[in-house]
Amino acid sequence: MTILAEAQHFVRPPDWTWYILFYFFFAGLSGGSYTIATLFRLRGERSDEPAARLGYYAAFAALLPCPVMLILDLGRPLRFWHMMWNTTPDAAGFNFVYWSPMSVGVWALLLYGVFATVSFAEALVRDGKIRLPLAQGAVRLLDGTLGKLVIAAGAVVGLFIAGYTGVLLAVSNQPVWSDTWALGGLFLASGMSGSAALLMLLTRYRPEAQASAGMLAVSERLYALLELALIVVFVLTLIPAGTLGLTFGFPWILLWLVALAGLAPGIAGLLTSRLAVTGEGTTVAVHATSAATTLAVPALVLVGVLALRAAVIFSIQ
Amino acid sequence: MAQSSQITPGRAYGFFTDTSVCIGCKACEVACKQWNELPGNDPVFGDGFDNTGSLDAQNWRHVEFIDNVPDETMGTGQGKAWLMMSDVCKHCQHASCMEVCPTGAIIRTEFDSVYIQQDVCNGCRNCISACPYNVIGQDEHKGVAQKCTLCYDRLQGGMEPACSKACPTDSIQFGPVDELQQMARQRVADLQEQGVTQARLYGDDASVYGGLNAFFLLMDEPEKYNLPNAANAVLPSRNNVGGYLGVLATAVLGVLGGLIALRRRREPAAETPSETRPETEAGEE
Repeated sequence: MTILAEAQHFVRPPDWTWYILFYFFFAGLSGGSYTIATLFRLRGERSDEPAARLGYYAAFAALLPCPVMLILDLGRPLRFWHMMWNTTPDAAGFNFVYWSPMSVGVWALLLYGVFATVSFAEALVRDGKIRLPLAQGAVRLLDGTLGKLVIAAGAVVGLFIAGYTGVLLAVSNQPVWSDTWALGGLFLASGMSGSAALLMLLTRYRPEAQASAGMLAVSERLYALLELALIVVFVLTLIPAGTLGLTFGFPWILLWLVALAGLAPGIAGLLTSRLAVTGEGTTVAVHATSAATTLAVPALVLVGVLALRAAVIFSIQ
Repeated sequence: MAQSSQITPGRAYGFFTDTSVCIGCKACEVACKQWNELPGNDPVFGDGFDNTGSLDAQNWRHVEFIDNVPDETMGTGQGKAWLMMSDVCKHCQHASCMEVCPTGAIIRTEFDSVYIQQDVCNGCRNCISACPYNVIGQDEHKGVAQKCTLCYDRLQGGMEPACSKACPTDSIQFGPVDELQQMARQRVADLQEQGVTQARLYGDDASVYGGLNAFFLLMDEPEKYNLPNAANAVLPSRNNVGGYLGVLATAVLGVLGGLIALRRRREPAAETPSETRPETEAGEE
């Protein structure tokens, strides 16, 4: 009883598999961590500074595998620079194809790399890990408005990096991917939720950042809700295209269940504690909470972030 | 060749593939592989006459067999379909592959064909994800994307493509696109007049990707030949605006969520009005 005409797809899958899966995963975590770190520094309190630095460390560490994954995925890895420079005879010059998310993403990743590296180095200097006078002088330049502008711009590019990967999939003629406009938002929301979880996990190893654990817990709940809403939008957009069964059929439904399990702590937290840090409305220091809360829950969220991307990427290939 | 004149750079050339006279001999496939030195894949022996499988990096012509015929011996006219079509890159006017290519490797040549420069392509496979006709494949040895070149090298030498040269029934005709279109419209009119009402043209006008330089006369609906109909012939870039707006809206909500979390962690829970502590020790500066 099909009333709407279903979308016709006769394409070949591009064989984007494990490298791309992990690129999407790390890009989401890097961009999300940078954004949360920037929120701490711009809108938080002085006690949030250790968590902000932790966020910049995480953003940089998560960024490192990204170009490696992208280059290894190419059929001709040594030609990765062709993404930026057109080697066509008589048409040599920079490549910037604004309607191709892959082209835009290459430049955004390059730009984001600059921001992530600067903020990483700044955090190292502020933490006293680098004591070179030159570096300290450079960081002093970032003390005022300039520093705020830099991290705000970095966060904008970071948000783009975390989300454009979904648009890249959508700008194709593949079933599922091209049948929805929700993938970009979905990947971004999931990257944000994963980043909050990652930073919660890392606060275990940076006690002075535990003052910010409450914000991370509350934001993780909100991001889980946002992600859940976008999964609903994703489903609704696939129904008219007739491709819902392709991505939610067996065995991919198992990955979706893992992705939903990753949302469970956040949604449950929202139901039980709303936006208060605990059910009692008080901040509980992380070291006082159980390992299950600070280790297992963030790990589950991160596995969910990976499973979501795996379900989207592998189900149609 | 559809015309006797010389092949002139600056003019649009293409194929008119008339499936009503295709006999499924695969001479086009052989000639294509021979000229382009394509090693081919191992043959696939399935339930039918098609042991090529699909167009890909090794197969730039593929004779499709659409056989909806019962296995049992039956009288004439019992089969529902027995169609053959020599499929090929369509050299679309609005080419999805060209649209998404980030390296500029895919160009439009002086013969108006869509060509993948082998020394520029870096094997990102974005074109494969975009091509709605399942034409492009990645060569496993060279690592780059490959497809029909409309025999670019032969055209530059003034020769017609190998497949059309070899086709024994003139099912594949090569020539200037405008001449081929005229010829095709005459052919479909003749068939219709003879009572072959199912004959139709696909890609001869702008309704499919702005017009296909390699277009077809089909004996059934396009989707029966794995070709999207005009309503489904859409470009990848259609999803840019919606996709980025989705990211933008989520980014705004994400930042808002972070700001709410920063505020709310210092406030007592709504559920517990008895607790009126203004600040927790962790939140104090």
